Amino acid sequence: MAKKAIVPKKVKMPEQPAEERIHNYQEVPYGYTPEQAMEEALRCLQCAKPTCMDGCPVNINIPGFLAQVADGDFQGAVETIKKTNALPAITGRVCPQEVQCEGVCVLHKKYEPVAIGRLERFVADWEAQQGKIKTPTLPPPSGKKVAVVGSGPAGLTAAADLAQMGHEVDIFEALHEPGGVLVYGIPEFRLPKAIVKREVDYVRSLGAKVHVDYVVGAVATLDELLETYDAILLGTGAGLPWFMGLPGENLGGVYSSNEYLTRVNLMKAYRFPEYDTPVSRGSRVLTIGGGNTAMDAARTALRLGAKESIIVYRRSRAEMPARAEEIHHAEEEGVKFHLLTTPIAFHGKDGRVTALECIRNELGEPDASGRRRPVPIEGSNFMIEADVMVIAIGQSPSPLIANTTPELETRKNGTVTTDAATMKTSKRGVFAAGDIITGGATVILAMGQAKIAAKAIDEYLKTGVW
Amino acid sequence: MYKILHKEVLSETVKLMVLDAPLVARKARAGQFVIVRMNETGERIPLTIADFDAAAGTITIIFQEVGKSTMQMGTLQEGDAFENVVGPLGHPTEIKNYGKVVMVAGGVGVAPIYPITRALKQAGNYVISVIGARNQTLLFWEDRMRAQSDELIVCTDDGSYGRKSLVTEPLKEILEKEKDVARVWAIGPAVMMKFASLTTQPYQTPTIVSLNTVMVDGTGMCGGCRVVMTEGAQFVCVDGPEFDGHKVDWDLLLARLSFFRAEEQRAIEHWKEHLCNLDAAFENGVKAGQHG
Ligand SMILES: Cc1cc2nc3c(=O)[nH]c(=O)nc-3n(C[C@H](O)[C@H](O)[C@H](O)COP(=O)(O)OP(=O)(O)OC[C@H]3O[C@@H](n4cnc5c(N)ncnc54)[C@H](O)[C@@H]3O)c2cc1C
Ligand SMILES: Cc1cc2nc3c(=O)[nH]c(=O)nc-3n(C[C@H](O)[C@H](O)[C@H](O)COP(=O)(O)OP(=O)(O)OC[C@H]3O[C@@H](n4cnc5c(N)ncnc54)[C@H](O)[C@@H]3O)c2cc1C
Ligand code: SF4
Ligand code: SF4
Ligand code: FES
Repeated sequence: MAKKAIVPKKVKMPEQPAEERIHNYQEVPYGYTPEQAMEEALRCLQCAKPTCMDGCPVNINIPGFLAQVADGDFQGAVETIKKTNALPAITGRVCPQEVQCEGVCVLHKKYEPVAIGRLERFVADWEAQQGKIKTPTLPPPSGKKVAVVGSGPAGLTAAADLAQMGHEVDIFEALHEPGGVLVYGIPEFRLPKAIVKREVDYVRSLGAKVHVDYVVGAVATLDELLETYDAILLGTGAGLPWFMGLPGENLGGVYSSNEYLTRVNLMKAYRFPEYDTPVSRGSRVLTIGGGNTAMDAARTALRLGAKESIIVYRRSRAEMPARAEEIHHAEEEGVKFHLLTTPIAFHGKDGRVTALECIRNELGEPDASGRRRPVPIEGSNFMIEADVMVIAIGQSPSPLIANTTPELETRKNGTVTTDAATMKTSKRGVFAAGDIITGGATVILAMGQAKIAAKAIDEYLKTGVW
Repeated sequence: MYKILHKEVLSETVKLMVLDAPLVARKARAGQFVIVRMNETGERIPLTIADFDAAAGTITIIFQEVGKSTMQMGTLQEGDAFENVVGPLGHPTEIKNYGKVVMVAGGVGVAPIYPITRALKQAGNYVISVIGARNQTLLFWEDRMRAQSDELIVCTDDGSYGRKSLVTEPLKEILEKEKDVARVWAIGPAVMMKFASLTTQPYQTPTIVSLNTVMVDGTGMCGGCRVVMTEGAQFVCVDGPEFDGHKVDWDLLLARLSFFRAEEQRAIEHWKEHLCNLDAAFENGVKAGQHG
């Protein structure tokens, strides 16, 4: 390819203005038009050693699909991406691109990187607009049955791969709707549920069956499933919300982010009373934490009508683990940040929360995570008044399955131990992928592990070797 | 879909339904519960498994109409279906021969206490039961409870049937009289369980309550059901629903239960309005039909 001039900035993606979007639940960015997509794809230098690919946990052939987009060959681009990523409409929207593919794009040293995420999203949305999505021809049935537990990104990805290898797949989901965090956690304005549904339908079209209302551990144990299934993939995520153990934490109006977001997203409390599930619509909502979950809660609060939405985070902005785009969108929408601030007590009246007592921090030495540790400044206590508070400080795997499966080895924090090359757990026939082995991580990591697991399961089903 | 095979009206506000739910029935044990969702717009409502038949693949639920969801559920008929039923959830009751046990049930609490009473009786316990309701029309399953109890005391708040008293009165008398009560179960409205626990406390009789906090998922995922015990917060759906009544922070529990009151009122109003509109639409439709 001839050397070409570098275009320093990304083609802008049109989005809903902040003043407008805080009054609705529609998606914030509108996505590229075909012309904008082709223009942006042309910015790619088609590097001989594409560093971007190293940043992608599922190793998408990025320059390959970008060249196809630049040529207007969108169908070709879909096929290139789908070789390694079954859910591009989702990852294009929710991957933390700035620390993955785009973070290591060569352009990034001096300029804005190629908008890989936006283009991935464009391609996936383009495909959906074409009508019926092509299902690949399936190999003859292998005669083997696999149970996939959990229907989040890990479960869906593994189910799709296993079905395409000819195995019979049953997905068991505890909730009444498949999708995992994609349906109960991430809000509609960031990831429309119609997209998740489309992906679930795709997995179904490959022959996988989805059984909702099925809590493994309660309805059937792993051992019982192993009587009918030749292998199991655990993709049950990290659903157990952490609390802080602070005084007043159980007052009315104090939610875990899981409860707050589940009420709003899965149960559609934002459409109450048309939908029956309520959620407290505070006038001043305070969210504790600095990850994607915290941004989602704080932005949800605005859409539910809060006059003020405030984030309290104990480190500084540079340490916030949320995607850059989410922090940026939250700021645009008017979310306020109290940084270097640690909660120490919830105060309330008549059983309802009214204020959060906090202490200010300064940054000390780096801790085990490499981030500078917050050190409290003595005597700097102060109060922030609010009528709804959301605790979004993290979560770990639920002990439900481990408790009913003695041979399943787990770590102290509840995560399941696996062999990194095969995703095998300590129990014969049982594999695991996603947040259940890492604790709260990312969609694309869960998918990457699920792909490794699916391969290893296929191998195990063929050879019987554990 | 989970079909309603049988419906009974136990009292004006209490309904019984037998549901086709083979996977739940297969595993159900006394003390466990399900979460039901009526339809796409419905709430997830926790209800105790009041009875189950593994062979027939059915479970029985009994609910009191207290708000929008339970009122609307009450209008469902045999042949209708719930969109979702998930369970059995929570830990089953620890059934063994304790010796002499007292079962105290208030209002709709008779439903959850019945399968526990039956299992305890089968395990060889001497069972004394006390069941109570606000008035006679709210009382149900006296016959079933009698069949599983060695002694049964029935009371109503207003004296319209049985003894005129709250359930705590006979409970106190039993504890005074019988020195060998090994364990008490108290199930019913939160206030009743609070006072039953306070009644047994001076006698140090272990007292098990089944808590009915507000829930969303019922699988340990939201923390909305949390209750504060002397040793710290617990999730009712996965750590319970049964707890040591002497260790529960009752005042906080009662405060959390009343948290959504304003929204609940709105939900009822919205639903009634909707019903009126439906009625009107139906009438208009009929009229239009007549004219056409
Ligand atoms: C609010 C929020 C925002 C996030 N934003 C982002 C983002 O922008 N980008 C990103 O990359 N990541 C994000 N994440 C993280 C990402 O969603 C997770 O890493 C990912 O969903 C993990 O996938 P999983 O398949 O392992 O588990 P999950 O998505 O958690 O799915 C697990 C599924 O298993 C089911 N299950 C659990 N126990 C059982 C059982 N016993 N029986 C049957 N089913 C069971 C659950 O109901 C659930 O449906 C976010 C997370 C949250 C909570
Ligand atoms: C484990 C468990 C088992 C239960 N078993 C039964 C049962 O067998 N039969 C039965 O009738 N009920 C049972 N309940 C209570 C039942 O779930 C509630 O009555 C129901 O959710 C109310 O829904 P609603 O929309 O009709 O009323 P709402 O509009 O939600 O509430 C109306 C009124 O009921 C109160 N309320 C709301 N939720 C609850 C609750 N969970 N418990 C008590 N009061 C509540 C509110 O404070 C309000 O005053 C159980 C609850 C739990 C947690
Ligand atoms: S899957 Fe995620 S990391 Fe990989 S190319 Fe797409 S956006 Fe980048
Ligand atoms: S590193 Fe950047 S410029 Fe190079 S191929 Fe990848 S996306 Fe294109
Ligand atoms: S109901 Fe959600 S954790 Fe218990």
